[in-house]
Amino acid sequence: MTEEKTHHPEPSFLVDTGKYKGLMAWLTTTDHKRIGLMYMYAMMVFFTVGVTLGMLMRLELFYPGQQFYGPQVYNGIFTIHGIIMIFTVVIPGLAAVFGNFSMPIMIGAKDVAFPRLNLFSFYLYILGAAIALASQFMGNGPPDTGWTFYAPYSIHTHTNVVAAVFGAFVLGFSSILTGLNFIVTMHRLRAPGMTFFKMPLFPWSLYATAWIQVLATPIVGITLLMIIAERWLRIGFFDPSLGGDPILYQHLFWIYSHPAVYIMILPAMGVITEIIPTFTQKKIFGYKAIAISSLAIALVGYFVWAHHMYTSGMSTTARWVFSLLTFLVAVPSAIKVFNWVATMYKGSISVKPPFLFALGFIFLFMIGGMTGLSLGALATNIHVHDTAYVVAHFHYIVFGGVGFAFFAAVYYWYPKMFGRMYNFKMANWSFVFLFTGFNLLYFPQFIIGIMGMPRRYFDYLPQFTLGQQLSFFGGVLLVTGFIIMLITLFSKKGAKAPDNPWGGRTYEWTIPSPPPQENFDVMPEMGLDEQPYDYK
Amino acid sequence: MEHRDDIGAKLGMWVFIFTEMLLFGGLFLVYAIMRSSYSTEFHQAAHHLNAFIGTINTVVLLLSSATVAMSITAVQKGNNRLAVILLFITLLCAAVFMINKYFEWGHKIHIGLYPGSDLMLTLSHGQVMFFSLYFFMTGLHMFHLVVGGIILTIVMIKVQRGTINAGRYVLLENGGLYWHLVDLIWIFLFPLLYLIT
Repeated sequence: MTEEKTHHPEPSFLVDTGKYKGLMAWLTTTDHKRIGLMYMYAMMVFFTVGVTLGMLMRLELFYPGQQFYGPQVYNGIFTIHGIIMIFTVVIPGLAAVFGNFSMPIMIGAKDVAFPRLNLFSFYLYILGAAIALASQFMGNGPPDTGWTFYAPYSIHTHTNVVAAVFGAFVLGFSSILTGLNFIVTMHRLRAPGMTFFKMPLFPWSLYATAWIQVLATPIVGITLLMIIAERWLRIGFFDPSLGGDPILYQHLFWIYSHPAVYIMILPAMGVITEIIPTFTQKKIFGYKAIAISSLAIALVGYFVWAHHMYTSGMSTTARWVFSLLTFLVAVPSAIKVFNWVATMYKGSISVKPPFLFALGFIFLFMIGGMTGLSLGALATNIHVHDTAYVVAHFHYIVFGGVGFAFFAAVYYWYPKMFGRMYNFKMANWSFVFLFTGFNLLYFPQFIIGIMGMPRRYFDYLPQFTLGQQLSFFGGVLLVTGFIIMLITLFSKKGAKAPDNPWGGRTYEWTIPSPPPQENFDVMPEMGLDEQPYDYK
Repeated sequence: MEHRDDIGAKLGMWVFIFTEMLLFGGLFLVYAIMRSSYSTEFHQAAHHLNAFIGTINTVVLLLSSATVAMSITAVQKGNNRLAVILLFITLLCAAVFMINKYFEWGHKIHIGLYPGSDLMLTLSHGQVMFFSLYFFMTGLHMFHLVVGGIILTIVMIKVQRGTINAGRYVLLENGGLYWHLVDLIWIFLFPLLYLIT
């Protein structure tokens, strides 16, 4: 039986065997691996658009005063940069790409629970992204509210807010359905013998993420619908001139949008938790603590939203309660960091590109997390609120954290996805450029932020010039690193990848690279004394 | 081999119902806050709603939920014909609800009471807020009712054809669950909008 299998290996998922060939075969697929890859390609396009817009801003900020375009264009650019990067890249991000590609294999399933719904989520994602992008070109010009759509300005501005808001709504719907799919998948399709506490930790982080997606996203969905209704029908839920309450909008918006930060970062943490044991060949330290801390982050993350609103007008009691809760959410995050470092202790570490990016993640996430605490503290927040300091903190978490974890995940699972290796030397160079460029780009923003540079400003005082110019050069390095990475991965075919190039112990490394269409020839089972990270 | 997991399908439906509840939850929150800021105006504005039509619609929806539940039992017992009749009654109830709503909304629009109208701008802030919430919440509910009606129509055709039968009826159960959600939300909307005066 097994001999026959080796003679006639199942075709890989990259080979078309169905009714359609080529592009149509991909567009009609319900295979979780193909859908994951389609998300990845789409995200790479949107990421490139977002990076281009970011560099346009840096270019304009190179000197004080107007260089290339006026303030209204600048407002449009930072708004759409935010919308694209947040709603189409980092929120679906790792969950949509690697959650789809790897998670079902890691729990020993043939696919997600609802494969057709999965494809539907993908199309909703494309539709939402298209509507959001179209908002740039239709109506009275690109929206200029910032990605937060704060009322009442978002009600009164003449720019094309409705399309952008509706795009975000559709993207949210896609996110909900992905979360729903993952929850059911992990409840119903785990391999026999794999209890919840034997599930690998990347699926665990996705499980926590999925619950946030399902329970937090509808709140922003209805809030965005209310914005649309206000613009069309003069209703006035949030418009003070009609008796509404703009602070209420901020609350409703952040009730989702703060947990959304955990939708972004939890899968990133999950990826790091996979990479570190593999490249240290050591059992993960504190398995249960890491698993439960994911749920704890998801839970506590619901109750911290108002720390975005310390200067908006709230009672002192509310402010200190939210400040306290913000400090609490740092605890489970720190638990993870300590466990990663403890896993490395006395491990046999091999510094391959994915591990390098994981180390980069830990370093940048630490800086992002620590500066998050100084923002969560009431007294310092009042000083640095709405300054470049916030911009720096946010990018350290979302780009330094999620972005670097994303790159780490690409380098980690690339051999499994395409059955090819890549050039390690080039990959290491991409890390050097990305890491140096990243720090040079965002660290000066902390400093000029403390000095008083406000965020979202088109112009600035001359004392911030040096910081802004350093940031520009950092941006150039960063883009170079990104281009090197793309060349490394997509320019020429590397050597054929073995089934298990890194010596990993999760299920995806037990099957061929690239995986066959139904993942497993023989469905895996987990023995009573087996554990997910059984290294020597 | 076909993969089939009825428990998984129902779990998915329940998770979806959670998200729907939170979708309306956002509106209930706005209602609560606005009611506490403008309690007298809400009180006065609610007098303009027709509690009689509201009551009829409540009864109609409760009846429709009962018939959906009964249709599931009918299919379980292998009586597809009865199930089709019961589902048809459900859809009939939905139609009655929609017709009542048509007259209710139509009357308000006729006298110029709708979001963005000139009459609305002469009212006080609190009353505008009440009617805005009224139209927004019942409107969103109606949208869900229409979606639920479409789902149940498909289900009814499948019961008629026998693709839903005593051996496999999870689609009917899920359609029923969704219908109960539509009903449940109305049960909360009705007292909040019509009865607290």
